[in-house]
Amino acid sequence: MATFKILIIDDEPGIREGTKRILQNFKVDYPFMDEQIDFQVLEAGTGKEGIEIIDRELPEILLLDNKLPDIQGIEVLEYVKNKHYDIIVVMITSYASLELAVKATRDGAYDFIPKPFTPQEIRASVENITKQIFLKRMTQTLNKTGKQIRFQFLSVLSHELKAPLNAIDGYLKMIKERQFGNHIDAYDEMLDRSMERIKGMRQLILDLLDLTKIETGKPTQKLENVEIRKIIQMSVDTIRPYAIQKDVDLYINSRENIEMKADAGEIEIIMNNLISNAVKYNKTGGRVDIFLEKKDGKIKITVSDTGIGLKNEDKEKIFDDFVRIKSTQTREVTGSGLGLSIVKKIVDMYQGSIEVQSEPERGTTFIITLTEPDA
Amino acid sequence: MKKKILIVDDDMDYLFQMRTKVEQMGFETITAESQAEAEKVIQEIKPDLCILDLMMESDDSGFILSYKIKRKYPDVPVIIATAVTAETGMTFDVHADESTQWINADLFLDKGIRFDQLQREIKKLLKL
Repeated sequence: MATFKILIIDDEPGIREGTKRILQNFKVDYPFMDEQIDFQVLEAGTGKEGIEIIDRELPEILLLDNKLPDIQGIEVLEYVKNKHYDIIVVMITSYASLELAVKATRDGAYDFIPKPFTPQEIRASVENITKQIFLKRMTQTLNKTGKQIRFQFLSVLSHELKAPLNAIDGYLKMIKERQFGNHIDAYDEMLDRSMERIKGMRQLILDLLDLTKIETGKPTQKLENVEIRKIIQMSVDTIRPYAIQKDVDLYINSRENIEMKADAGEIEIIMNNLISNAVKYNKTGGRVDIFLEKKDGKIKITVSDTGIGLKNEDKEKIFDDFVRIKSTQTREVTGSGLGLSIVKKIVDMYQGSIEVQSEPERGTTFIITLTEPDA
Repeated sequence: MKKKILIVDDDMDYLFQMRTKVEQMGFETITAESQAEAEKVIQEIKPDLCILDLMMESDDSGFILSYKIKRKYPDVPVIIATAVTAETGMTFDVHADESTQWINADLFLDKGIRFDQLQREIKKLLKL
């Protein structure tokens, strides 16, 4: 359990005593917090006394009356601001003039509680502030540990997972309410779209599993002598039905069997992603050519398509998480936006490189080179 | 005359569903699937109200679009429908001073809003 210090500066002992009682057994929790937070209430009857306690105890929260016997509350607020103390200040005041309110807000007062206040008002304000402080601290820690990136990844991920659910949910409701009459034919397209979104979601989950395997790193990597051509053949066989459906021809243009020390599963992920993209973003009647060669101890795999191609400005972006290039040509194509980012991560593990050559409307070529680990 | 509502969203399914509902409310709709497409639309047509998705080509497409719509048609109400708030904890408040200055939208709605609520908000903004 963490304890936050709250300092109340007020010249009325009754108010101080009351606040103390209100907050004594008060605890704040929050779904994200592992622990509850409770409060230690410190008190001061004058501004100067308050400042001493602030310097000594550095409370998290300050409840500040403006009308004090010596210096004004607003001056205490200024003091906190000038010292750059990380304290959240709440002004407690019976008659806040607009002027005072404006000045206090400008000097960083977070909240106002009118006097006389109810226990509920004090608790609500303190609860809000506590959550605020907690989130701020969490963000700071996340930033420090690089977890911010992870956090962003998760929030985009939740968006990507929710979008198809919302779409399907919407269609189901329309069907349930018989919005287009009682005949099932009227709903064909909605059902098709729902299934398409489910497919996309399934792919996203598969991609996430791949990503988890990579990110947890080496322990699961099984290095063995792998016949690259065989893996390419396997990928081609897997994707062939989809290619037939899209009327795209697949060609492996190398006879030679090249071996490499690698994790077969990882090479398969690379090939599946590159070849399925080459089909997915191809045109009806298009083709995909795959080349494989070994040169100076490096394996070079080329996957070339006759598809819609990429604009120059998009070439860089495609390897980032969740990036999908949107255009009228890709609007009905589902994808997780993770495939190429996964490919890139694996290629990096093999000290490799990945190159994109592309021309809009003509096609795209991906060239990857891989180095054998410990070679 | 039916009021024209411009709906912009890059999720074609959400766009279809939104369009259907808004038409059922008795409005005419114009749709666009991207910020760029919407910008072209507003060159030609002045809608009576706009409902914009936030994240399209870029994370803040909806804001930029809202800004451009308001610059061209200051009197056209803009609703930004977003799922961002619930997911990232990011909050925006169109009524907070610093936000209104640059965000410019009249209303933020969560994407999960019920359609009867949406209808109420649209009517309020159109002063119907």
